[in-house]
Amino acid sequence: MSLHSPWRADFPGILALETEHQTYLDSAATAQKPQSVIDAITGYYLHGAANVHRAQHVPGERTTRAFEGTREKVSQWLNAQDPAQIIFTHGATEAFNLLAYGLADVFQAGDEIVISAAEHHANLLPWQQLALRKQLTLRVLPLADDGQIDLQQAAEIIGPRTRLLAVTQLSNVLGGWQPLARLLELGKTHGAITVVDGAQGVVHGRHDVQQLGCDFYVFSSHKLYGPDGVGVISGEAQALQQLRHWQFGGEMVRSATFESAEFNPAPLGFEAGTPPISSVIGLGAALDYLSGQNPTAIAAHEAALHKALLAGLIQYPQVKILGQPEVALVSFVVDGVHNADLAHLLTEQGIAVRVGHHCAMPLLKSLGQTGAIRVSLGLYNNGNDLLRFFNAFDQALELLQ
Amino acid sequence: MSPQDLSAPATEALSAFQAAGSWEQRARLLMQWGARLEPLSDAQLCEENRVHGCESQVWLVAQQHGDSWQFNASSDARLLRGLLSVLLVRVNGLSAGELAQLDLIDWFNQLGLSRQLSPSRSNGLNAVLQRMQQLAVSSA
Ligand SMILES: Cc1ncc(COP(=O)(O)O)c(C=O)c1O
Repeated sequence: MSLHSPWRADFPGILALETEHQTYLDSAATAQKPQSVIDAITGYYLHGAANVHRAQHVPGERTTRAFEGTREKVSQWLNAQDPAQIIFTHGATEAFNLLAYGLADVFQAGDEIVISAAEHHANLLPWQQLALRKQLTLRVLPLADDGQIDLQQAAEIIGPRTRLLAVTQLSNVLGGWQPLARLLELGKTHGAITVVDGAQGVVHGRHDVQQLGCDFYVFSSHKLYGPDGVGVISGEAQALQQLRHWQFGGEMVRSATFESAEFNPAPLGFEAGTPPISSVIGLGAALDYLSGQNPTAIAAHEAALHKALLAGLIQYPQVKILGQPEVALVSFVVDGVHNADLAHLLTEQGIAVRVGHHCAMPLLKSLGQTGAIRVSLGLYNNGNDLLRFFNAFDQALELLQ
Repeated sequence: MSPQDLSAPATEALSAFQAAGSWEQRARLLMQWGARLEPLSDAQLCEENRVHGCESQVWLVAQQHGDSWQFNASSDARLLRGLLSVLLVRVNGLSAGELAQLDLIDWFNQLGLSRQLSPSRSNGLNAVLQRMQQLAVSSA
């Protein structure tokens, strides 16, 4: 497998891990960072840190400019209408919680929230708990055998009582693109607020939020080769108006007395306290890096790697692949072999893959599994990584069978 | 703790694992030692004996005979059964006081298995150790 990655050399982390004989195949959990992201973060600290949106002094001005620069870059990356529609949170999980709190007033007892059976806990539990607080009904779109949301059943479940539809673009377990266009159309026909979990999808290809037509698109920086500690909500202008403030303090306040306060609109009104400044600046560098690469070449490389991974796994009659993965990752179980045993022996051989429920317990359960092994790919992975994985996999199976 | 204090099976485990030169040998040994675990009865494989906090299913049964503790354990994962087995040979027969003082991390270190106890591991060994210590402390 001579699948060469021309981007690998830009990622010191993957090279360091290789020197340590670690084959990193867990990018769906978090990705390595390019040198330019690391430079942007250290550069920020080396040149003098300052808080944002507070001070008139030069360091404050410079930092605010860099911070707001990232907002513009994110806006361009997603083709949002206006940078003011980009809210920074501390991660995708916090973003969903923000939405579940910020939209709470929209619901009345008996209203329905619709999610899918493929959701990560982050796009499930905030809605489940909101439903419990407000006596709403949480409805779950079932998956067809291929792991795709069943559109026929979706058309029956999404209806006039649906106030909100929250679905993943690309499941972190199944690795298949969900039929978002049809689903969002169904949601909008019934006047539902639509939320897309782009945590995995954003990493693979460019996505245009205006074209998608969702009200809110959510992702985390750290999976998109940026630093951890930052999440993004891209909100449609009207939908943002429906959000109530949820965390209080810092520059989200316009004016305050002891008795009452007024708050800023989005985005600042939803960024209470000091934001993760260095990480936001690092995310800007990640987007600069990605913008500088040839997207067709990246897509072709990722597709070739994925194809080789799938083709390799299919050779084993005892391997059962979950869903029909199209990109980025493959989750599987091996007949007669305990996931934990396999994970143990892969770890012994320096293969960094993920075992477990992948923060999607209900999904795994609906697939009849308690866990699975997941191999996931980044643009820096290459044919040798796969070779090392398959060698280790063979050795592990030989020991276990 | 000096080697003289070790039970015969613990001494055997120690010399076997210390002689293992590769990860394959360690894995094979773990599976062999796992096969030695005395099976639990169906009644013992109950929710009450489940140790949670693991990717795998683990059961731990504790009995006190006079002054000394006797543990039995099982898991659906083979390598974990091996880890449980080399744990049990070290702890079985000890009194609550001895158990409370025993440095099990050091034991796994000596066996060359300390990585199995790292905090990011969800293999269940840590949860089993915690449960044992709780039992020992609560009866000491
Ligand atoms: C599909 C999906 N949604 C949401 C999340 C949550 O992201 P984070 O942990 O960065 O908040 C993840 C990451 O684990 C994910 O894979």
